[in-house]
Amino acid sequence: MSATLTQPKNPARRRFLQDAARGTAGCAVAGMSLAWFVQDARALPDRAIRPPGALPEEDFLAACIRCGLCVRDCPYDTLVLAELGVDGAATGTPFFTARDIPCEMCEDIPCVAACPTGALDKELTNIDDSRMGLAVLIDQENCLNALGLRCDVCYRVCPAIDEAITLERRHNERSGHHAIFMPVVHSDHCTGCGKCEKSCVLPGEAAIKVLPIRVAQADQAEHYKRSWEENTPLVDEIIDLPDRLPGTGTDNLAAPGGFEPTFKLPQGATTGGIGQ
Amino acid sequence: MTVSTHLPVGAEAIRDKGYWLAYRFLILRRLSQVFFLSLFLLGPWFGIWWVKGNLSGSLTFNVLPLTDPFIALQGIVAGHWPEMTALIGALIVGAVYALIGGRLYCSWVCPINPVTDAASWLHRKLDLPKGWQPKRGTKYFMLAMVLGVSVLTGTVAWEFVNPISMLHRGLIFGAGFAWALVIGVFVFDLLLARRGWCGHLCPVGAFYGLLGNKSLLRVTAQKRAACDDCMDCFAVCPEMQVITPALRGKDADTPLILSPDCTNCGRCIDICSVNVFHFTHRFDETPAPGRVRDRTNPAPKVGKAA
Repeated sequence: MSATLTQPKNPARRRFLQDAARGTAGCAVAGMSLAWFVQDARALPDRAIRPPGALPEEDFLAACIRCGLCVRDCPYDTLVLAELGVDGAATGTPFFTARDIPCEMCEDIPCVAACPTGALDKELTNIDDSRMGLAVLIDQENCLNALGLRCDVCYRVCPAIDEAITLERRHNERSGHHAIFMPVVHSDHCTGCGKCEKSCVLPGEAAIKVLPIRVAQADQAEHYKRSWEENTPLVDEIIDLPDRLPGTGTDNLAAPGGFEPTFKLPQGATTGGIGQ
Repeated sequence: MTVSTHLPVGAEAIRDKGYWLAYRFLILRRLSQVFFLSLFLLGPWFGIWWVKGNLSGSLTFNVLPLTDPFIALQGIVAGHWPEMTALIGALIVGAVYALIGGRLYCSWVCPINPVTDAASWLHRKLDLPKGWQPKRGTKYFMLAMVLGVSVLTGTVAWEFVNPISMLHRGLIFGAGFAWALVIGVFVFDLLLARRGWCGHLCPVGAFYGLLGNKSLLRVTAQKRAACDDCMDCFAVCPEMQVITPALRGKDADTPLILSPDCTNCGRCIDICSVNVFHFTHRFDETPAPGRVRDRTNPAPKVGKAA
């Protein structure tokens, strides 16, 4: 190969194209690493509960600028910013651990008021409407109430007592003649504040835990109608079918004055006894 | 090359101007960095809540919202239109830097700057090889990459790794292992690439550079005729390529350093024993004759000299 062939006609153009290709390739590699890291880091651990009004996690990470103003305005030091490699939530984003310090459900919701971007949604004006998570009585073997004792602490501390947590009386099969007052959480009232988890008297892990809604709740079976909840009939209006009364004018031969039906059932299908 | 080229960097400046004038802007810059950091630390350390938050977003005296415009931009391309508070904050910060000098942020505010300055100082003391020098445009590719990843993942992508906010937030809220990233930047600048992070890779610096492309505050080499080729300004400048067109320009060329890469750190002003440089505005048209070149005073090989 002669030397003239390896000489580019336009060195500046050659250099530009090389630099552009190199830069693009480098950025593609760096970008893929970053994207992979982001995908990895955005997996929110189940024990990290976002503040009240937090957007769904995928929107939250586009909205939260990690300034920590919600943390600063939290009067109970409930909220903390996640630290790299220590907390599982995306670094610098706010969360709380219910077992450490639960949300006290301030009426003026200062964390939401402090958020400059709307990562904590200003639409939330009544703290009772917040859904930070959902309490779940996750260990029904060690829960004292489930064992037949009257602990009741989670029920007593619940800010929405008798609404978010109720005690359901059941028969104690073990003793045969006692009651079990089972704490039952109702998702239509539980805000996920975590006071129940915080005050569960068991040492170490609590028997009742606040979990993110995405973990705690299944999707409703849309095709399964709950007739006790919905009053809607299967069809829009009542269909008035022709009455088959005995007597003249019916196609029932068994009836006096009945005539031959215009529709004939196929042979063999009559064994069911229709019209016999 | 002249005799003064071989003197230690800064020796003539200290000799001719005294310690204060030879380090003035460096000291002011460190004070500024400490000032902005302490504003944020007053609250958590002493309970004086003048400023809440961090460099990503803050609230001063409970009225003035400030937001990092680059973070706001990533959030917007990720699909979240921020509320008015954050938008106003980003506009204020953006307007200030666009007006006075985008990369002023890098040299006077950014908490990573002392880290990379320290790496650069040690690099010079140890006389290490300059190592990998990415193309100057690389940071713009990084900037585009960060915005691209923000779009693709729907997140404020750079904040997952940004050593600036990791360090700043770490000091204010608790760091976890964020120190590792800061040490990483230091080691990178010291051993792998001289002045590698801030000038070549950091997308935040690239963003602020573009933001302040037409900013007012500029360094001028107005007395370039007095230059004695000691090369100290090139040695201390974190973006040495910005000096050449101004300092080595002919009579007709502007003595203003107009490159968006210039961080307005003022170190060249300090270090120059013959006071070639000073701060001015971009419309300053004071005549600045270039150096007279003759056989006894030949022009240095521009570019290679640095």
